[in-house]
Order: sequence, then structure tokens, then C-alpha cells
Amino acid sequence: MQPTSRNFPQQSRDALADEKLQRAMGMMKVGFVEKRRAAAEGLPEFEALRDKARDIKNEVLANLDFYLERYADRVEAAGGHVHWCRTPEEARQAVLAICRRLDARTVTKGKSMIAEEIALNDFLEKNGIEPVETDLGEYIIQLRNEPPSHIIAPAVHVLKSQVEELFREKHTELDPNRVLDEPESLVAEARKMLRQRYFDADVGITGANFLIAETGSSVIVTNEGNGDLTQTLPKAHIVVASLEKIVPTLEDAAQILRVLARSATGQEFSSYTTVSTGPRRAEDPDGPGEYHVVLLDNGRSAMLGTEFQDMLRCIRCSACLNHCPVYAAVGGHAYGWVYPGPMGAVLTPTLIGIDKAGHLPNASTFCGRCESVCPMRIPLPKMMRHYREREYERHLSPPAARAGLGAWAFFARRPRLYRSVALLAARMLGMLGRGGAIRRLPLAGGWTAHRDLPAPAGRTFHDLWRAGER
Amino acid sequence: MSGGRDAILGSIRRSLGRGPLSGDAAAALEAKLAAPPRGIIPRRVQLDPAALVDLFESKAKGVNATVTRVASADGVPDAVADYLAHENLPASLRMAPDRGLDDIPWSKRPTLTITRGPSDGSHEVGLTGVFAAVAETGTLMLASGPDSPTTLNFLPDSHIVVLRASQVVGPYEAGWDRVRATYGSGSMPRTVNFVTGPSRTGDIEQKIYLGAHGPRRLHIIVIEDGEAAPPAPDGA
Repeated sequence: MQPTSRNFPQQSRDALADEKLQRAMGMMKVGFVEKRRAAAEGLPEFEALRDKARDIKNEVLANLDFYLERYADRVEAAGGHVHWCRTPEEARQAVLAICRRLDARTVTKGKSMIAEEIALNDFLEKNGIEPVETDLGEYIIQLRNEPPSHIIAPAVHVLKSQVEELFREKHTELDPNRVLDEPESLVAEARKMLRQRYFDADVGITGANFLIAETGSSVIVTNEGNGDLTQTLPKAHIVVASLEKIVPTLEDAAQILRVLARSATGQEFSSYTTVSTGPRRAEDPDGPGEYHVVLLDNGRSAMLGTEFQDMLRCIRCSACLNHCPVYAAVGGHAYGWVYPGPMGAVLTPTLIGIDKAGHLPNASTFCGRCESVCPMRIPLPKMMRHYREREYERHLSPPAARAGLGAWAFFARRPRLYRSVALLAARMLGMLGRGGAIRRLPLAGGWTAHRDLPAPAGRTFHDLWRAGER
Repeated sequence: MSGGRDAILGSIRRSLGRGPLSGDAAAALEAKLAAPPRGIIPRRVQLDPAALVDLFESKAKGVNATVTRVASADGVPDAVADYLAHENLPASLRMAPDRGLDDIPWSKRPTLTITRGPSDGSHEVGLTGVFAAVAETGTLMLASGPDSPTTLNFLPDSHIVVLRASQVVGPYEAGWDRVRATYGSGSMPRTVNFVTGPSRTGDIEQKIYLGAHGPRRLHIIVIEDGEAAPPAPDGA
């Protein structure tokens, strides 16, 4: 998808005014936060496992070349093929070549953020191949012709009533008078509509939550079972995954899996966690005849050794999104590209450039909740601040912001002048603020348009401190 | 695509500021891959075998599986037939060719129609064994192979699983020990499915509904065969 992150300010204003979206986000907010808290409290080893998960990933990143080579060797030893792709275009072409060779008409898809990142669906359609999303959330947004708004719950912005309207509009072969009041009937309908598509598909494409160097395995974590049907029934299974998904051993995967579902949905383990290695063996009664891994770089190798390396620890759990007050207020589409919320605020400028995505690291109050819940202990606010610094250095921040910061810096370097001006300002604001609050302030319309500013109540902090009132 | 491989590895090494790993550094990593160290094992699974079976049962029930215990293989046909009757399901099963299911006296319930093999989607009820069962979260480990078609785990609407108490382990890591012992170090079956409860989705307004694409019912029958599982290693 073409990034529209440049329009974040307008997109977020539109989101705030969107009544249906606000209702949907209201439901999301409470559910995920409570469930994650309960799950974390239910495992005494949870905090120690977060540290362990961080350490496992740091060690992988320091030795990423070694582990990738071992991983690729093991995949090939098991009868699979690895396609090393530097760019989204190389990855798309690798997938297309496999589909063409197998004369694929339709491909089923498990949920994959990498597939979104390389805009795979549009590309397949342009080349005469029909992609069928099987994850219920992805299926819903595919029918609505829009991108996902959350990295694990793609249709979190859609209300049940909207799903019902959508299914009535699109599932034209079903009885138009059927009752769809209960959400169960919507789930059952999607199950029925998709069942035959699994069998018809020539190729199945999934992402990977982990790639395991020890055995050359890919791991998918789902609840629906759609990923498993996608990868088992067709002639070929293609895994699309980025480089940093590697972990060294099966034990390492188990360590991180213990914090993944708990951080994401509050489950102790997802309904289906599947570890796949190579194609069907000669003696297997079912399974795909071919197994391919499309391994994507797209900027990850360049992140190593920089102040953004920690972002490569991300396991796409969505805890940061679920706890972010900004994401909860505006939803994922406002961010304008594949990755929303705090992790998107760091990853998007890294992948598409700070000039196109500069608003995103600024869309934060640095409340720090994201970092406090990240299972991989990624310092998200720190990296957002790096981006703000870079923006400032490259003169990309808005002129008014630069002028304001420049003025404040002038006074902050002259402490006595700062204190006198602060005292004067406090006295003037005190006079302006009748009844304890300032409703409108010239030059600060951006703030006071939506909020009252509490009026200063007399003496400055410096004054009180000097007078010994601590 | 060796051009891509070399370019990507080169880019990684440039960013890390070094050439390919060799000597002691590489040897240490090879040693780790050959003998993977265990990480943190939750205290909740440091239990004796009987207590692990109890933990497994309680965790499995917590994720909407149903669980029945029988004293021996003799009790399985009745347990299966009773379950199907109770759920108003036809007395007809598609069963895995798993040799572990052969010694169950299915002829005790002659009205149960049984065929064996993978599923093509036309079966309402599938019945399989397991490779192992992980008590930590009530999780089944199913390994693909001639005995255990993957399609049987996902296509039928209802999935009945027959496992023995001796197949229950504590943490996932103990399951991996068994995989390595069975398939050899570094060698894997095509698929290991970890199944924790029936299929579900929360994609419509955050509420959970069962039976998204995989089975909507998961029924687990535990044969208390009295054989102790190998003792759990220390958590270190």
C-alpha cells in the first residue's frame, strides 16, 4: 500500500470524528489491557522470561549472519528452498515465480505483515492470481478493500453490525433473508465460505512468527486454524518472513512463546502453534509437495549496529498498540502504513524514511506504557526521540516548532533571565485566568482550542524552593 | 539466488563491523545448536507425574477442551460412544492410522463406524492419538507422519484425542526432548502442531467464538496407564 503517513494530522482528526471507529476502539482498549495483565500475573516467571527473551534476541542479532546461514542449510537439508530477497520487489517476484511454475489460479493466505509490507496481494492480482485471505479479520478487510488497522486483529476497527452488512452484500449466493443477528452465525458463515477455497488453492502463503536455525523450521501462531489449512492442503507452502525472525533453538522459541500470547491476547498459548520443517515426506499421508521460504531484508540488515537495532527484537505481539493512548484514540489507519501504534512509530520511518513518516514519532506523549509492556523490552520512546532529534537536525520539523524550541533554549541557557521572565509570565497568566482556568490564549490556540489551561496560582517553583518550602 | 544470499550476509557483516564468524566464536555457537541449553522452566510444572496429569486436565478444560479419564484402553470405546451420543453427533469416526490406537477394543461398541486415514473434509468427527501432551498449558503435541495425518487435526468439526498418562510432560522443552529422541538430533517431522483447545476467533468486537476454521470441539480421553513419565529435569 502507498504510505499516507504524511497525512497523519488530518487522518487522526478524521478518526476522532468517526463515531463507529470510536465505538470499536473503545471495546479494544479494555479487553486487551485487562487480559494481558491477568496473564502476566498468572505466571511468576513472566518478568524473568521478558529479560530472557530480550537476551536471546540480542545474541541472535549479534550473530545474525551465522544463524541465517545455519537456518538456510537446515531448510534445504529438509527438502525446502530459501529465497534470499533484498527488496520487496525481489520478494514479490520470488513468490510469483513459484505460483507461475505451479500454474496457480488462487492462493490462500494466512495473516502476514510482511506480505502487507511488500504489497503482495495487489501484485498477485495484477498478475492474474487471486489471493484469498483466510484469517477472519483479514477476510473482512479484504472484502472491505482496506488495509489492516492492527497487527494481530486486522479488523479491530469494524463493528459487528458492519460485518453483517458486509456479508449480506458480498455473500450473494446465500439466502438474503437469513438471520445474522448472532456473531456466531457470522463466524460460521465465514467458515463455510472459506472451506472450499482451502481445497481449491494451488499455493498457500503464510508468515512466520519465528524461524528456527537449529532445525530449519518456521513457526506460526494462530487461533483459528486457518494458517494450518493454508499450509497443509495446497501443492506448495510459501513462508514470507523477514530476517530478524530467526531464533537459535527450539528451546529459545519456547522461551519467547511463553511471553508472546500472554502479551498479545492474554492467552497462555494460542490455540494453534505450528512448527513446520520442509515439504511432505515420502511416507506422509498429507502436506504440501513444496516448501519455500522467502526471506526478506528490506532494511533490516542496515538497522544493525545503529541506534535502532533494538527494534529488530520486535515479535509483533501488539502489546504496545493495545496500551497506547494515541493508538486507542485514532486507530491504525491514521498511521498511514502497515505498522501502526508505537512500534509503527519507530519501524515506519526506519523502513520508508523519516521524511515520509515524520509525524509518527511525534504522535506520542512519551507516557512509556509501550515500553513497560513490551515483552522484548524495546525502548520505544527512546527511539522515537532519536527520530525527533534527526528531524530537528534535518530541518524537517515544522518551522513554528523550531522557533518555539529555539526561543525556549535561548532563555534556558540564561537562568536568571529565565526566572525573571517565568515570574512575569506567571503574574500575567494569573491575571488572565479568571476562575482558575484560562479558556483562550493568544499564540497557544492549538492547546486552548480543546482544553482549558490551569491558571498559575501565585509564586513560581524557583521562588518556593528558594524560600525553603519543599 | 546466491546473489541475494551473499549481498544480504555482506550487508549484515558490514553493519556489525566484522567478517564471517570463525574459530572459537563459531565453534561456541555450533556447540549451542548441537546441544541446546534449557532456559527458564516455570515452577508450575515441577510436579510428579500424577500431578502433571491433573494439571494438564485442568489447563485443557480452561481453554474449552473437554476431558475424560478412563482406567485403561478398555474404557475408551464407551467413552467415545458416550461422548458422541451426548453431543448429538453421528456414531461415525475418521481415525488416524496410529498404531497406538490399535490395542483399543473398538469392537466393544459395534455401532461405532470407523474408517482410517487422512481427512478430505467430509468427516464430522476425527480421532487421533498424540505425540505428547504438555501439562504447562493443557497443550497437545501432534507430530505429522504416516500414523498421524495433519488434516485429521484440522478438518473435522470435532476432534477426539486419545492419550496415555505416560505421554504427559511438564514443559514444552520436555516435549522437544522427546522429539529429538524420536527423530534424531536436528531432524524433525514435517509438522509439529501444538493444539491448545478448539479453534477460536476474537475478530468480531473482541468476543471469543469457537470453531473459526479448525474443530469447534476438542475432546480429550486420558488413559491412566500408570506408567511414570520420565522425571522432569531441573529447571536450571
